[in-house]
Amino acid sequence: MSAHVPSDLKYAKSHEWARISGDTAVVGISDHAQHELTDVVFVELPAVGRKIRTGESCAVVESVKTASDIYAPLSGEVIEANPQLAQHPELVNTAPYGDGWLFKIKLADPAEAGKMLTPEDYTKQIA
Amino acid sequence: MKHTCLYTAHQQAGAKLIEFGGWEMPVYYTSILDEHQAVRTAAGLFDISHMGEIRARGADAAGFLNFVLTNDLRKLPPGLGQYTLLCNPRGAVVDDLYVYQTGPAEFLLVVNASRLDADAQWLQQRLAEFPKAGGVELKNESDDFGAVALQGPAAAGFIDGCFQSTTKAPSRLRKNEIVRCHFDGQPVFVSRTGYTGEDGFEIMAPVQITAPIWNKLLEAGHPAGLKPAGLGARDTLRTEACYPLYGHELNENTTPIEAGLGFFVAWNKGDFIGRAALAAQKAAGPAKKLAAFKMTGRSAPPRPQYSIWSAGPKSERIGEVTSGTQSPTLGLGIGLGYVPPKYAAANTPIAIEIRGKPFPAVIIPKPFYRGVEKRFSNAPAGVSFTH
Repeated sequence: MSAHVPSDLKYAKSHEWARISGDTAVVGISDHAQHELTDVVFVELPAVGRKIRTGESCAVVESVKTASDIYAPLSGEVIEANPQLAQHPELVNTAPYGDGWLFKIKLADPAEAGKMLTPEDYTKQIA
Repeated sequence: MKHTCLYTAHQQAGAKLIEFGGWEMPVYYTSILDEHQAVRTAAGLFDISHMGEIRARGADAAGFLNFVLTNDLRKLPPGLGQYTLLCNPRGAVVDDLYVYQTGPAEFLLVVNASRLDADAQWLQQRLAEFPKAGGVELKNESDDFGAVALQGPAAAGFIDGCFQSTTKAPSRLRKNEIVRCHFDGQPVFVSRTGYTGEDGFEIMAPVQITAPIWNKLLEAGHPAGLKPAGLGARDTLRTEACYPLYGHELNENTTPIEAGLGFFVAWNKGDFIGRAALAAQKAAGPAKKLAAFKMTGRSAPPRPQYSIWSAGPKSERIGEVTSGTQSPTLGLGIGLGYVPPKYAAANTPIAIEIRGKPFPAVIIPKPFYRGVEKRFSNAPAGVSFTH
């Protein structure tokens, strides 16, 4: 089963994606990651206002079987956390690139995005 | 890692595999939640070939087993099985298992995969010390047996078509009963037991016909909603039913009294290994008791080794979670853990520490879930399980 890797996103080795527009980015986990986790039952998101640095553990996605740390793919300040996930954590499984997004950050340094994986690189990583 | 006789079938079905007790086993095929729901509402089929099968035969086999196991084999006529425990002299648990009397002076012990070597060694050592050792033949036949568990309310509706029986059709078995059937002309054991809290069957068969049995059951059960199910669902199902898992609730430092399994300790059958220690602990009262709890609000699921705290202003650490998960049936975090007896009563508020923060929970009566099984059981609520 091959995972969906949208071509308009940037990726982290640890399976997060970022949709960058201007100086903000929406962050979620990839289709491959949600498929590996399966059955997401709880998501712990960073508080709005929290400053996070690339690679920092800042959220937890819990499946029935295990808890998985989510790492900030970019540095910045959390400006929004997906309010729907409290009631509907399964959105991470059903719409990993849509309604299952995790949080939004105001980027500290938009140039950092250049260090993230391209869709082609990420596809190779999970192959 | 070892592979069961169904390994190829799991690969073909696209199972996600994990290590369990030295075996590479399916954790799920599609999703733990899907498979859990299939077992609760229709049926699921589990590979349990990793479990151990030890046979005991001979005129003194019953006497020997009654000396090493806690339950009373004299209550067990041929064709029936019982849940029982193997204890050390300190009364702590070497393993929990099922013993069936499969014929006159012939017994089948089905033991945990992770404990098979320890059990086999323990039993051989105890047999060497047994005065009538000559009248007992003990044999580890695990390599000869494959096994599957067919579990769920729909199971009894299609199992009979999969086996030939000259005595009793599987669907006519009562709880804990075992019968020798045939599949492709070869003898197999079918018992009405399980580890899910649902009605169901376990089939112990020669390894070479276990895959054909697996395929036949999947085909026969497909119209009824049967799905292959992995260890992930097996764990959520048994946790909802509050069945202990060796290595989590049970170990060589924990007794059946502490685990709430006193029902399976027979006090009036004469001496047995661990009896003195267990009787003393029963009289004095255990220092810890296994309790079931559920989270009272939305939280991350409780996990093994999380700390349990008492509620209130002078909160103190009172124990540790031994099993915990999100209950698919309740939609809440549930768990089991050992706490001092004064905290073990139903409705006692507690807190579970999750990533450094306390989350409210409450002790509840065991089990969380009791399905069709209760109609088959004569045992008091909460203790009628099989393994």
